[in-house]
Amino acid sequence: MSAHAAPMRAKFWSPGVLVLAILMAAGAAAVLARFIGGIGYVSNLSTARPWGIWIGVDVASGVALAAGGFTTAFLAHILGRHYYEPVARPALLTAMLGYTFVVLGLIVDIGRSWAIWKPMVYWNFHSVLFEVAMCVMFYLNVLYIEFIPIVVERFKGRVNLPGLLSALNGVAETLLSLADTLLSKLMWLFIIAGVVLSCMHQSSLGSLMLIAPTKVHPLWYTPILPLLFLTSAVAVGYPMVVFETTLATTSLKLDPEMQVLSPLTRITIFLLGSYLALKIGDMVIRGTYVYLLDGTAQTNSFLVEMIFGVIVPWVLLLSPAVRRSRRWLFTACTLIVGGVLLNRVNVFVVGYRPPVSENYYFPSITEILITVGFIAGLMFLYRFLVTYLPVLNRPGQEVSA
Amino acid sequence: MQLSRRGFFKVAGAAGAGVAASTRPAEAWQSRAPADPQGCLVDLTRCIGCRKCEQGCQTVNRLPAPEQPFDDLTVLDKKRRPDERTYTVINRYYPGRRDERDQLVPTFVKVQCMHCQDPACASACIVGALTKKENGAVHYDVTKCIGCRYCMVACPFEIPAYEYRDPITPRVMKCTFCYERVEKEGKRPGCAEICPVEAITFGRRSTLLKIARNRIKSNPASYVDRVYGEHEAGGTSWLYLSGVPFDRVGFIDVPHRPLTQLAESIQSSLFSYMWSPIVLFGMLSGVMWAFRNKGDRDTREKGGQP
Repeated sequence: MSAHAAPMRAKFWSPGVLVLAILMAAGAAAVLARFIGGIGYVSNLSTARPWGIWIGVDVASGVALAAGGFTTAFLAHILGRHYYEPVARPALLTAMLGYTFVVLGLIVDIGRSWAIWKPMVYWNFHSVLFEVAMCVMFYLNVLYIEFIPIVVERFKGRVNLPGLLSALNGVAETLLSLADTLLSKLMWLFIIAGVVLSCMHQSSLGSLMLIAPTKVHPLWYTPILPLLFLTSAVAVGYPMVVFETTLATTSLKLDPEMQVLSPLTRITIFLLGSYLALKIGDMVIRGTYVYLLDGTAQTNSFLVEMIFGVIVPWVLLLSPAVRRSRRWLFTACTLIVGGVLLNRVNVFVVGYRPPVSENYYFPSITEILITVGFIAGLMFLYRFLVTYLPVLNRPGQEVSA
Repeated sequence: MQLSRRGFFKVAGAAGAGVAASTRPAEAWQSRAPADPQGCLVDLTRCIGCRKCEQGCQTVNRLPAPEQPFDDLTVLDKKRRPDERTYTVINRYYPGRRDERDQLVPTFVKVQCMHCQDPACASACIVGALTKKENGAVHYDVTKCIGCRYCMVACPFEIPAYEYRDPITPRVMKCTFCYERVEKEGKRPGCAEICPVEAITFGRRSTLLKIARNRIKSNPASYVDRVYGEHEAGGTSWLYLSGVPFDRVGFIDVPHRPLTQLAESIQSSLFSYMWSPIVLFGMLSGVMWAFRNKGDRDTREKGGQP
């Protein structure tokens, strides 16, 4: 491989980045309104519908779509397939930012944001949410640690702080060397811990709804919900990598990395196929296919999730021509990403039917603005970090700095 | 490629066998319900819909005053739910029975927290702010609460309400079973004490079940043969007797198994002593070690990747 990960040094304030900044500002205004008027002031949440899109999209989908991080770490570092290294770094960055925004989303969603530390002190081992929270907390730190080598690579031996801070150059340099030495010996621990923690909370996110059998629609409520959440997260890992890499390489006019992405999605055929088999098997065993044609919003959402989010992209990926075509591969992977996103929204929002009040819920404008603002913030930071840190591969000859 | 793949399955298989050998049969799920808690028996055939219980509740718990006074019975024209300002409400139903003058006979139903024996809210609560007390109350400790509202997701009766309009210190609001009053002052809950027609009987749950069975037996024409709350959600501290089928007066079907059982069983069989994360960690370390010189690992790698 001639190319190596390098800072992009591209112009940062592109028109796209400006749009992101505007969306972030709108989201920030809505967040401000939430902390002045309360959750009830900005959202349509109620007694019957305590969880809305902040949980369904920001948290549940955020965690699922960050699965590219641990699935590529497994491939590149545990199985030692260095070939996939060019996508492991951007996937790690996406996971790190994804989990950061999961926590930011939670800070907005929970009523007492300032009390977010309390689960560290008050433990309820019976609570699925407690386990999820602990795993997310540890995993977020693992992701930050896994990212340190990228910072070290960029700045080691080159620390040059501006103005008065230059007095600290020596200290920073020492810290970077220390981190480099320590982490090169210990990184295997964090890589494995990251995979273990991911398996734990990806599945437990599914267990969350097992306590509400009368509320979650039978098309989704199954005792194997944790297994389905785990397999779908593992299956969406590589498609998410394709999705984000294609977006980034197109936007920054880089090598499309097709020689890495195509074989990566060959694994997805097996992973997504397993998920599809589990979903269909579960539906057949529990006999929930009786709902499939009843025309309700829930059923239609389930059909869209399964047909366009799983079956169509799976069939597409079977074709080698699709896997070789950049456009078609991106289409198939976008469908898979959308399918997992819709699955999480279905489990937590669409399929959630309170039996007493049968309260209708649709997110308010401000609720949507906050979610969109967070997604824009994530993309903004991604762009910022790949501009200044060695994350993406830059072809050495074509673009000279 | 082929070689390393076979190697992978060898290592994974060996590790998998290790897991199978180390897996103990999952401990059977155990209820943590108190042996003989206190409870309340609500007899819908006695209730006259006077709303005195709502008033008693508001006074005892120092809740905000209602928009319409408690003696205004037009409130009953609409179905209400307990909310963040009200722990209990009375609803009026016309299930279809007529009296001798051909007038529809109303049935009044008091709604509040059922105080489940194995409360889903308490099992769900991330910090254990909700707990089932020995005296039967499902108690809320606001000092632990972070406001995640998982309790509201978990509750099959849709009882906990939330102070959504409070930006900084919102609370989960639900019937307290007058915990302090009952436990420390030895009194009855506010609603049970004020009821003018003894529609609410306070006592040991086991005693209340006997009373309920006796009332049904001695007057079978006036009651349906069912005590709502005896088995619902694994049993609740609040119990109901009715003269009309429960589903006609707003009661929902709830599984008889404690709702906590499935999730708690899965969690404890997977994570007791953290055995599965430890085994997975060991397996992955084994795989990583076995693959250290295989694959296409680049020995010139920099920056932390082993």
